[in-house]
Amino acid sequence: MDETRPVKIKVRNLSKVFGKQPKKALELRDQGLKRPEILEQTGQTLGLSNISFDVYEGELLVIMGLSGSGKSTLIRCLNRLIDSTEGEIVIDDENIPSLGEKKLLECRRRHFSMVFQNFALFPHRTVQQNAEFGLEIRGIDKAKRKELGYNSLQQVGLGGWEDAYPNQLSGGMQQRVGLARALANDASVLLMDEAFSALDPLIRKEMQQELLQLQTRMQKTTVFITHDLDEALSIGDRIVLLKDGEVVQIGTPEEILTQPADDYVRRFIEGVDRSRILTAESAMRPVRTSIRDTDGPRTALRRMRDYSIDSVYVTDRDRRLKGLLEADAASQAIEAGDETLNAYLTQDFRQVTPEEPLQHLFAMFSEKGFPIAVVDEEKRLLGVVVKGAVLDELARAGDQ
Amino acid sequence: MDNIPRIPLGNWIETALRWLTSEYSVVTRAISRVTQTGINSLNDALMWLPEWALMALIALLCWRLASPRLAIGAVAGLALIWNMDLWNPMIETLTLVVIATLVAVVIALPIGILAALSDRLYKVIMPILDFMQTMPAFVYLIPAIPFFGIGAVSAIFATVIFSMPPAIRFTTLGIRQVPTDLIEAADAYGATRSQKLFKVQLPLSLPTVMAGINQTIMLALSMVVIAAMIGADGLGSEVWRAIQRLRPGDGFEAGIAVVILAMLLDRLTQALRKSKRQ
Repeated sequence: MDETRPVKIKVRNLSKVFGKQPKKALELRDQGLKRPEILEQTGQTLGLSNISFDVYEGELLVIMGLSGSGKSTLIRCLNRLIDSTEGEIVIDDENIPSLGEKKLLECRRRHFSMVFQNFALFPHRTVQQNAEFGLEIRGIDKAKRKELGYNSLQQVGLGGWEDAYPNQLSGGMQQRVGLARALANDASVLLMDEAFSALDPLIRKEMQQELLQLQTRMQKTTVFITHDLDEALSIGDRIVLLKDGEVVQIGTPEEILTQPADDYVRRFIEGVDRSRILTAESAMRPVRTSIRDTDGPRTALRRMRDYSIDSVYVTDRDRRLKGLLEADAASQAIEAGDETLNAYLTQDFRQVTPEEPLQHLFAMFSEKGFPIAVVDEEKRLLGVVVKGAVLDELARAGDQ
Repeated sequence: MDNIPRIPLGNWIETALRWLTSEYSVVTRAISRVTQTGINSLNDALMWLPEWALMALIALLCWRLASPRLAIGAVAGLALIWNMDLWNPMIETLTLVVIATLVAVVIALPIGILAALSDRLYKVIMPILDFMQTMPAFVYLIPAIPFFGIGAVSAIFATVIFSMPPAIRFTTLGIRQVPTDLIEAADAYGATRSQKLFKVQLPLSLPTVMAGINQTIMLALSMVVIAAMIGADGLGSEVWRAIQRLRPGDGFEAGIAVVILAMLLDRLTQALRKSKRQ
């Protein structure tokens, strides 16, 4: 990942002890003792120990771990729903653990929105009033917050449900309200605490997809907690893996899959890591639409619009791949009055054969995120591979 | 037991009460005047209305808040009371109940809220409430007389003390029962204590608080009847007179009027509670 990106939250040496003599527990920790020994000797639970990581501006950081790993404690330390025992959490030059009560409220209002596992919607408020909650707390005037709340409900696809009460909605819809409440606030960081874990698998997948879409649109700094590796791999820009209150590995999904830091991570991804025997063919999807090199730019643009895509592969009449046409280039062609496309095609994409190992594909996705073209020896276009499909395929292999 | 001197607990209490009565006579007299004025105005207003008008009003209230059935029941019950010539005593009792409940709730709500928010206060208040509720109700009548003299104000005083505990308890319970994840949500969005209280805790505890108020009303009704012994007018004094003259018929008639009033008040406040719950 790009390490030069601006850091939004800096967490350094964060520890949390549950109990009345935290100092004693930390001393033992410094002597090298682990959680079970410390619990036995002092009766104190070492919830988090020496956690350090950065959250970059605009990224979706997943904190993942099994139950008891301290992930829920960690996310609550960020906005101080739980007070940490030692360490720093710096957001925009403010160290959260040392803020006074007033400053803390202000900091929460400005910086943090939160989405909860069990939705935590207010049952006595309508959907609209729930969405407005954060704004109301901040003292935004009525008309403004009505508008912002309304907009965020539209954004999560709940237009028309403004006057319903939460108990009239399904689980998935309730969590959309939770998300709308968080988005309406427009705080700089979105905290999601196992936000999709209470939803059934199909709805969960759908919500993940929508979160990713929102994320490409809004680029909101997000910290997402989950216990589900599949979820972590498919939505995370980077993943922080926790075990027993300590960080085991920090990295992109690819790094975690391909270079596990230790045996724990390796065991974790064991099921998932079938990439060595999986090939591009298994993750390949048929091309939904492609155009002929004899088609004009208007046809190309219309196709892209019909399929809601912004680039399309161009083939000749034997389906041999000629290049990739972006929507921008197509509209340039129209402006220039050109009827042929050849001059506007780009070769800035990757093509592989169906036998290509899946793990090699990770590194190939360009920044623009064009799908990778899969071609045979004759350069005929067989299908495409998108990033999500690679991870999906790996995760699915893990389930078998 | 002979060599251990008897602890003069009763003497101490009497001394304390006497001291309170003389030191704070200005206060008690002021309270007395205000309360008496309140009682008189409400009484006069309710008496000024012709019987049929009040019945129609109550029936309308029942209809809107609860059901047509309750409205019919209310009319039938009130008509029976009117027919038994107990209308005026019933109004007097109603006035006492309404005023005692108002005072009790006004005192109980803040105490209940504070006890819910502070563990220390909770530990102090709960035993006091146990004391207030288990002390025989008649005992409160005795100090009321030196404080406020014989009559309606003393009755209100004793009734308020006797009927307040459930309102406090239920308020505390209601607030403490608000799910922790909702409190967390309010905190996470930066709510201040008072925002949390007024936007989350109180609205969510409202059904429980209303149940407490319902209990308070029921207790108040039972107490104002007893308060007839210290000169409060109303259905209680009808019962009291029937006892002294050994007339069971009169006693039961007044008793039935109390039951009708109790059922009416109970169903109405319960309906109010349900309509508040979304």
